[in-house]
Amino acid sequence: MTEVRVAGVGLTKFGRQPERTGRDLFAEAALNAFADADVPRADVDALNYGNFIGSLAENQGHQAPLMAEAAGLRCPATRYEEACASAGVAVREAVRTVRSGEADVVVAGGMERMNNLGTGDATAGLSIAADDLFEIRAGMTFPGAYALMARAYFDEYGGGRTDLAHVASKNHANAVDNEYAQYRREVTVEEALDAPPIATPLHLFDACPITDGASALVLVSEAYADANDLDAPVAITGTGQGTDNLALGDREHLTRTPAADDAAATAYDEAGIGPDDVDLAEVHDCFTIAEVLATESLGFFAPGEGISAARDGVTTADGDLPINLSGGLKAKGHPVGATGGSQIVELTRLLRGDHPNSRHVPDAEVAVAHNAGGTVASAVVHVLEVAR
Amino acid sequence: MTGAAGDAGYDEWLAALADGQGFYLESPAGHGSLPPRRVCPHSGSTELTAEPLPEVGTLETFTVVHVPTPRFDDDAPYVTAIADFGAVRLTGVLRGVDPEAVDGIDLGMAVEAGVEERETDGKRIVVLRPA
Repeated sequence: MTEVRVAGVGLTKFGRQPERTGRDLFAEAALNAFADADVPRADVDALNYGNFIGSLAENQGHQAPLMAEAAGLRCPATRYEEACASAGVAVREAVRTVRSGEADVVVAGGMERMNNLGTGDATAGLSIAADDLFEIRAGMTFPGAYALMARAYFDEYGGGRTDLAHVASKNHANAVDNEYAQYRREVTVEEALDAPPIATPLHLFDACPITDGASALVLVSEAYADANDLDAPVAITGTGQGTDNLALGDREHLTRTPAADDAAATAYDEAGIGPDDVDLAEVHDCFTIAEVLATESLGFFAPGEGISAARDGVTTADGDLPINLSGGLKAKGHPVGATGGSQIVELTRLLRGDHPNSRHVPDAEVAVAHNAGGTVASAVVHVLEVAR
Repeated sequence: MTGAAGDAGYDEWLAALADGQGFYLESPAGHGSLPPRRVCPHSGSTELTAEPLPEVGTLETFTVVHVPTPRFDDDAPYVTAIADFGAVRLTGVLRGVDPEAVDGIDLGMAVEAGVEERETDGKRIVVLRPA
């Protein structure tokens, strides 16, 4: 099997930039990735582009050719949509295409423009990742959905708002030095606990912000990297995807995310590693409770034991297993259709040593990205390793 | 965004719930699901039969929503809850409790399911109330 290397990565600043068009955002991320990759755009065999609510936010369907054009590419271009896991799936399919030998160079990433909608319409747009008939009509918002999971988790395993406030505080601290992050300021546990409620038991600092931004990666075959003498020291060695029933109420457990269990099992198996081999991870912390559920599905903690990891210092920047050194969706921001790509951008830089937070993980060799859609009805997990 | 054509299968299910004739679909293995559905999401069986929804369920989890979507602007703050009715769960708006004091409510409370109007636009929604 051909090994897949990350030749280059690019992002836009994540944040509130409602006037910027989607095509401009993605073009910036893609050009940044090409500047990092030293790969000519003419060599690109395909564009895999993730986007969730562009049809609502920009009244723009058929975005893949538009984004190819914006990035200066003329190749088969396809949009992937799995809610907030859209870019994760776009990356996964790029990995599979390169592995198959069908392509040597694939650009993968995504874009989301959200702030031009305003909070109410953005909340409504995001809610369409849930089941329209049985959830959205019952008033389920996404903060509400994760709040339902959080309360069920507290009831089943214990833990509470203070544990979640530690997750928020940790991820805000990690974002301070990240030049791409939306919120580069620390938030204390007390500040998080005192913030106004969004959907109880989740309050303002339990939720990720509404973010505009884009991500792009240039993925190449090992043979292409060797033939062109590329500096591409990070390989994607495992990719997995899982699916669950769409509606939360149709799941066996309200407190577990088996789609991510399945995605992790496949990705670990492909890479020939287990959770104990992982040095750091970027996980889908759209809400603080989501980080807890993710770390349990990834096998870092048993069900019911992930809740105290941030509070105990295990997952902080200088802990045994740093989680979301970028700041996570929580503080770095969550342009939903770009997030799965941005996680792999961050991990690549962390492993290469050119990320502001690389100093926390100087010897890291194995990293995991966990990207989820909806209430984890879709999940994508990737394993990244420093190539030997 | 939703057209005027209605949603066959779901509309009949909601009307039955409103008439006190709530039901769910059951597969031969005893798994429950909600219509419209041709395949049991748990067993894969296509032999689904309508079974009466138990009159009383138990509150499994809830949230008080303070930041709504526009369709619920006038309803907020409101409570979204999931209740266990045995073979199926229902997600609905929990009424008959005070949203400002609801964090004191114990999970496991007995609830009944019905259909009422959304305050914002009068659309019919699944509502849970203390039994």
